[in-house]
Amino acid sequence: MPTDFKYVLHLADNSLIFSQRLSEWCGHAPALEEELALANIALDTLGQARLLLSLAGQLEGAGRDEDALAYQRLEHEFLNFTLCELPNTDFAHTIVKGVMFTAWQALLWQAVQTADNAPAELKAIAEKSAKETRYHLQHFGGWLVRLGDGTALSQGKAQAALNYLWNYKNEWFRAAPSAPFLQLAPVTENQWLALVQPILDQALLKTPADTPFVSQGKLGQHSEHMGHLLAPMQYIARSYPNAVW
Amino acid sequence: MLSVQAAWDVLHRVPDPEIPVISVTDLGIVRSVVLAGDTLRVRITPTYSGCPATEHIERSIKEALTTAGASAVQLERVLSPAWTSDWMSEAAKQKLKDFGIATAACVINFGPSREVAPEAVPAPVFPITWHKPAQVNCPRCNSPRTERLSEFGSTPCKSMYRCLVCAEPFDFFKPI
Repeated sequence: MPTDFKYVLHLADNSLIFSQRLSEWCGHAPALEEELALANIALDTLGQARLLLSLAGQLEGAGRDEDALAYQRLEHEFLNFTLCELPNTDFAHTIVKGVMFTAWQALLWQAVQTADNAPAELKAIAEKSAKETRYHLQHFGGWLVRLGDGTALSQGKAQAALNYLWNYKNEWFRAAPSAPFLQLAPVTENQWLALVQPILDQALLKTPADTPFVSQGKLGQHSEHMGHLLAPMQYIARSYPNAVW
Repeated sequence: MLSVQAAWDVLHRVPDPEIPVISVTDLGIVRSVVLAGDTLRVRITPTYSGCPATEHIERSIKEALTTAGASAVQLERVLSPAWTSDWMSEAAKQKLKDFGIATAACVINFGPSREVAPEAVPAPVFPITWHKPAQVNCPRCNSPRTERLSEFGSTPCKSMYRCLVCAEPFDFFKPI
């Protein structure tokens, strides 16, 4: 199996699972404008996932299309970062996750466009996604500043979310010897911090301490939340395989 | 059989499903039309990755060309160069303004929300004041006194604003 396939699949799964969680806000967002924003960010991200899944299927060359990859794989075959599958919990958690993840994506799309060994189609997807991710980071970053530099309640919740989620980023920057494909277009922790730290500072939030915790989602070893996310996502397709609209 | 020129004439009349006053060519969605033997090869590019109208537009294009006499139509989606709102024609921007939708043509001040210059790649530049919205003139009364109500409007590609002078809401095509 070409190594490019697994790398593209990892990127696709990040977008797919992040989108799936975000779309759970439909009908529950705190305000109408936010209802639209979260749904539309999830839609953009799903679009990225579809492009990446289709490309992954082509690179694999085993006849799997975007639907087969999204709906027919089992939990341990998904290669997304664990952060993406964590439950929404509350608005502060969603916003912190959004800042962390879209900042990483913003740097990723740039790294892919300048990587020597990235396939041309992947570079094209990165070029397109970079523009949309900019707006996503703008949205989440703006909200984090409002929450952190808001009331005592909003700051407390934002800080609690940040403390909980912070060390899920460790997975993104640690090499995994069993998964060399992940070095195709590395994003460094320093680059990511350079983007995220000013947002935390403006949001008057304290940067949590790093711990040795490293989640393993990119290796297919997911948290207890992954199965609960996949079940509603895959249920219909698995119940009626080969069904068409 | 349909010539390339005739095909373009047909495509100029295929409306965007969400905004019927403009066509798919006004938006710069159609990148090229080539006749290869009997087959018309049309290259199109999606606007946003998750745009729900993309498949609808593809079907409309195929249907319009076939109805106009094309013996075979082949659509190819190209992602690069990435679609940008800069590809919207001046005529399209005027039609949109008349329809009540603001575009870059109505912007007083993009502010930090405007795309940073291409030379920023690979070094990212994301000023942290970028959550301030662009200042946009009202497409109806042209007043600069407007405010943004929502980052995402009736479609993901547009924001919702309202005019504080004539009190009408309007959509704004986000620069991308």
